[in-house]
Amino acid sequence: MKLRDIAGSTEHLTCGHRLCTGCAEPIIVRQVLHAAENPVVVANATGCLEVATTIYPYTAWKVPWIHSAFENTAATISGVESAYRALKRKGKIDKKINFIAFAGDGGTYDIGLQSLSGALERGHAFLYVCLDNEAYMNTGIQRSSSTPRGSWTTTTPVGEKLVGKPEYKKDITEIVAAHGIPYVAQTAPSHWMDLMTKVKKALKVEGPTFINVASPCPRGWRSEPEESMRLSRLAVETCYWPLYEIENGVWKINLKPKKKPIEEYLAPQKRFAHLLKPQNKHIVDDLQRRVDERWEVLQWKAEVSQQRSQQKQPPQTPASQT
Amino acid sequence: MALNGAEAIAEAMRQINPDVVASYPITPQTIIVERFSEFVADGLVDTEFVAAESEHSALSASIGAAAAGGRSMTATSSQGFALMWEMLYIAAAMRLPIVMAVANRALSGPINIHCDHSDSMGGRDSGWIQLYSENVQEAYDNTVLAVKIAERQNVRLPVMVCMDGFTTSHAVERVDVLDDDVVKKFVGEYHIDHPLLDVNQPVSYGPLALPEYYFELKMQQIDAMTNAKPVIEQVSRAYGSISGRSYGLVEPYNMEKAERAIVILGSTAGTAKSLLDDLNDPRLGLLKIRAFRPFPAAEIAANLRKCKAVAVLDRAASYGSIGGPVFSEVRAALYDESKRPQIVSYIYGLGGRDTTTDMLKTVYDDLDTIAKTGKPDPVQRFLGLRED
Repeated sequence: MKLRDIAGSTEHLTCGHRLCTGCAEPIIVRQVLHAAENPVVVANATGCLEVATTIYPYTAWKVPWIHSAFENTAATISGVESAYRALKRKGKIDKKINFIAFAGDGGTYDIGLQSLSGALERGHAFLYVCLDNEAYMNTGIQRSSSTPRGSWTTTTPVGEKLVGKPEYKKDITEIVAAHGIPYVAQTAPSHWMDLMTKVKKALKVEGPTFINVASPCPRGWRSEPEESMRLSRLAVETCYWPLYEIENGVWKINLKPKKKPIEEYLAPQKRFAHLLKPQNKHIVDDLQRRVDERWEVLQWKAEVSQQRSQQKQPPQTPASQT
Repeated sequence: MALNGAEAIAEAMRQINPDVVASYPITPQTIIVERFSEFVADGLVDTEFVAAESEHSALSASIGAAAAGGRSMTATSSQGFALMWEMLYIAAAMRLPIVMAVANRALSGPINIHCDHSDSMGGRDSGWIQLYSENVQEAYDNTVLAVKIAERQNVRLPVMVCMDGFTTSHAVERVDVLDDDVVKKFVGEYHIDHPLLDVNQPVSYGPLALPEYYFELKMQQIDAMTNAKPVIEQVSRAYGSISGRSYGLVEPYNMEKAERAIVILGSTAGTAKSLLDDLNDPRLGLLKIRAFRPFPAAEIAANLRKCKAVAVLDRAASYGSIGGPVFSEVRAALYDESKRPQIVSYIYGLGGRDTTTDMLKTVYDDLDTIAKTGKPDPVQRFLGLRED
C-alpha cells in the first residue's frame, strides 16, 4: 500500500460534509474506505458522523449507506448482511460485498453494546469500526463509559466535590475480544498505515471483526483543530492508546513506543486542564499507574498468546463440548 | 389442515419463503419462530434466519434486510412489541415493506401473558398498516395478503398482522391452506427500486432531515397510508379469486336492518357472531374492523349510520381518555353524519379476561336501554370487570 496510490484512488466520503474542523472522524472514514477493495455497504449509528454527512437532500457518501437509530448499527448491518447471504444463495446477486458499521463510543460502549454483542455472537460478516472520541460529542460533550477518569464533560463537570469523571474508561476492545471473534484491533488515524493494514486484514475475514479507533475531537477535548493528529500520535506514544491486534486469539502489539509520560497527552487538552493543578496530581498519577499496568498486561498477553499459538498441540477440547 | 394461529402464520411464511426472518422469542408469539426455525433447519425455506438478541435488534435487522433488497419478516408480542417501538417508526419512515405477525398480549405491569390489544394499539400511530384477525384462517390469509399490500409501489409500508394471543395463536382450528405454488405466484418476487446492495447506484437510507424537508417526508407517509385503503381492497379481491375468501376493510355481520350494533376487533367478533346466530334478531348487528390502519372511517360510518345505538368494544385502555382507542375513532368517524347513533365505549378482556356470549348479550341489552332513553350515560363502561 503506497501513499501515492491511495492519494489517487476514489474518495468514498466526499468533501462538503459538515463535520467540525479538525474532527478525526472523516479522516478515519476515508482511511477505512480507501483500504476497502470490494464494494462496501456502510451502516452508521446516530451521531456526529451520521448527522453531518447526510443532511437531506445531500449526502457525502458515495457508497450505499444506512442509518436507522443510535443503538442498533450492528443489528442493522446484520440484517443487510443476512439479506446479502440470502440473495447470494438464491443466485440474485453475485458480487463480493464488504459490510462496514461506523459508530461512536456512545453507540458502542453504552447504548449499542447489546446489539453489537448480539451481532458478534451470531457471527455476521462485517467490520465494526468504533470512532472513539470518549464522550457524547454530538449532544454536547456528555460523559460516556469511554470517557477517561478525571476528564471534564458537561455531565462530569469540575466542581468542589467532583473533579471530572470519577470512573475509569471501559475497555471495549477487551470486551469485544472476549466474544472470541476472529479479528479485533485498536488503532489511531495518526498511524494511517497501521489503520489501513488492519482494515484490509479485517475485511479478508469471513466473520465479525472490530477495530477501535482513537478519534480526537477538538470541540469535546477542548483542543486546537490542527492538533488532532498530534494528539492521536501522543495517545499512542504515551501508551494511553496502544496499537495492537488480536488475530484468532493471538495478541500482537504493533508498535512499542518509547513510552512518554501521560502529561504530554493530557496537557494540550483543556478537558484535562484541571488535572495539571498540584491538588489533582494524584489523579494524573493514578492515570499513569493505570496506563503502565495495562501496558504491562498487554505485553504479557501478547507474549503468552504467541507462545501458545506456536505450540504444535492445541489444548484438548473437553469431550462434553465436542 | 388443523393448525393453531401461530402455526398457520408460520405456514404462510414458509410458503412466502422470505429472504430474511429476524426475531426473538416471546410468549405467545414463540410458536411462530419455533415452527419457522424448523422449516429453516429442514431446508424447506432458503431464508436467512436471524435469531436476534432482542426484539429491538430483530426489527433493526428486518429494516437492514428490507433496505438491502430482501423480503423480510418478523414476529412479536407485548413487551417485545414495546421494545420495538422506536424502530416501528423508522421502518415506516424508510417505507420498508416488512411484514410482522403480532400475537396480541397485555403489557406489563403487572406482567401478564394473555391477550389484549394494548401492545399493537400503542403502535397505531407508527405508520404501519394494521390488520386484525378474527381466527386462525384469517391469521393465515392476512399474512399472505400483507406481503402483497406492503410491497405495492404506491404503498410501500410495513404491515402488522395481529391475532389474539393464545385465543387465536394457540387455538387449533381447521384451516384452508393454499397450495405452495398458488401463494408463491400470488406474492410474486420482491422488488424495491433502490436497494442498498445495488452498489453501482449508491443510495443513503435514513439521513438527517431538518425543518426544510421533514414535514414533506411525513406527508409522503400520510399519502401512502391513504393509498393503502384501496390497495387493501384490491389485493383482498385478488385474493378472493384464488382462495374463495374475500375480505374488506370492515366486515358487517347481520347489519342490514340492525338498530343496535357492536364494533369490535379480533377474536371476540367470533363470539359475537355466535351470539347473533343464536338470537336470530335482525335488529342486532356486528361490525368487525379488519384494517384499523388505515382507518376505514367512511366504511364504518356507512355501516353504522342507520343504527340507534352502537357499542365500541376496546381490548385496550386509553388512560385519561373518554373511551378506548377504537371508540374515539369510531365516534369521530360518525361526527359528520347528519343523524348519529348513540355511542358507548366498553373496555373489555384486559389481560386475557374471558368474554362470553352472555356478556355480549348484556351489551345489546344496554344498547336497547340507551336507544330508548337516548342517553349513553356513562359513556365509558367496563365489561367483565369483577365487582368484589
